[in-house]
Amino acid sequence: MIPAAFDYYRPKTMGDVIALLQEHGDDARVMAGGHSLIPMMKLRMADVPHLIDLQAIDGLDAITIDGGRITLGAMVTQHDLINNDGLSNAAPILSEAALQIADPQVRYMGTVGGNVANGDPGNDMPGLMQCLDAQIKVVGPDGERMIAARDYYESAYMTLRADDEVLVSIEFDAPAGGHAYEKQKRKIGDYATAAAAVQITSDAGKVGSASIAMTNLSDVPVWSEAAGAALVGTACDDTAIKAAVAAMLGDIDPSEDNRGPVAFKRHVAGITLSRAITRAWSRTTARA
Amino acid sequence: MSDKMHIKLTVNGEDKEFLAEPRDLLIYALREKLNITGPHVGCDTSHCGACTVTLNGKSVKSCTMFVAQANGAEITTIEGIGSPDALHVLQESFKEHHGLQCGFCTPGMITRATKLLEENPTPTEEEVRFGMAGNICRCTGYQNIVKSILAAASEINSAKEAAE
Repeated sequence: MIPAAFDYYRPKTMGDVIALLQEHGDDARVMAGGHSLIPMMKLRMADVPHLIDLQAIDGLDAITIDGGRITLGAMVTQHDLINNDGLSNAAPILSEAALQIADPQVRYMGTVGGNVANGDPGNDMPGLMQCLDAQIKVVGPDGERMIAARDYYESAYMTLRADDEVLVSIEFDAPAGGHAYEKQKRKIGDYATAAAAVQITSDAGKVGSASIAMTNLSDVPVWSEAAGAALVGTACDDTAIKAAVAAMLGDIDPSEDNRGPVAFKRHVAGITLSRAITRAWSRTTARA
Repeated sequence: MSDKMHIKLTVNGEDKEFLAEPRDLLIYALREKLNITGPHVGCDTSHCGACTVTLNGKSVKSCTMFVAQANGAEITTIEGIGSPDALHVLQESFKEHHGLQCGFCTPGMITRATKLLEENPTPTEEEVRFGMAGNICRCTGYQNIVKSILAAASEINSAKEAAE
């Protein structure tokens, strides 16, 4: 419950943030909503002698929808994702997923950037961003660079972001077709036993394209290219869905924990994905 | 290691200034430095919501915020929602509908419920349950909490209609 002491900074510019990160190296961490970092600090599992709070930096909480391209500032909260009508219209999978993350209080504080940057395979946004083929913008001493969400995760808590870089925004094209974020969990606020993010388009009654990503079924989020490919060109019937599930099961690598043994998680992953595909497909007619 | 910071908060409409270590959690600053002991601590993993306060218009778990982070914020706790002589509609309703037993979760519950009804003045039972999902209660089984909040909502709404 009692975190170790730290020096606190609330810089007003990203330049100042980067300078602090360079000065203090491994001893410094940025904090967004604080709802993963502070719990870890309270358990003394994270040691952060220099804590850099991003709340005073302008523009990091912007949601921009520009010609079909959506940009989410890193400090956009889950609450913002749920309550932005433009966004719910342009990419409804975001609010559907955000409503399955944590609880109201945590959603007021927790940010999309923190969720994506954290690196915990339990987080829901990373798989979703892989499903949407999002690009992650990080800023460091050498300037900005974009990293595909599908490449971003290396292992649990390890990502391609360097220690002196800060995740500043996430961009993706507004998805077409039907969507679903289906999550199996033990209770409100729990990380998924298994969850699936699905976007599908329909082309003359057949699946035109499909993107599928799975949450908390490996030490990283899993974008299953093969599962999506198994649906394309089919009528999205039971046989096609079974093929997609089989392909997905080839890509995940769950581990046993309190949520169940590996065999159970694989079973739940299959059910979750078939439900997500069915719901996403049923929505393609509503949004061509 | 770290120096104490000069912290300014507006709590229940009153300006407060004090020194605190950056690492002090907001809940402890409220309880131990300001003697505002309505918000409680029920866990150390940010689940229970007993520490819920309203901070700059958001329901937040004050155990998951450093006082440094809250510096400059405007905060409402259960003590600012009503008084024993003039209970808030929600407080009256929790009393009327037996929405509390031990009372430990109640300050967080009621503080969260004020915000819920502000955002959604006419919630369904399902919306109340979902909107209160960040607050755990060990005693009531929730049923009477839901009843209390729904009753308060209709009371607030009929008062509003009568005023219009």
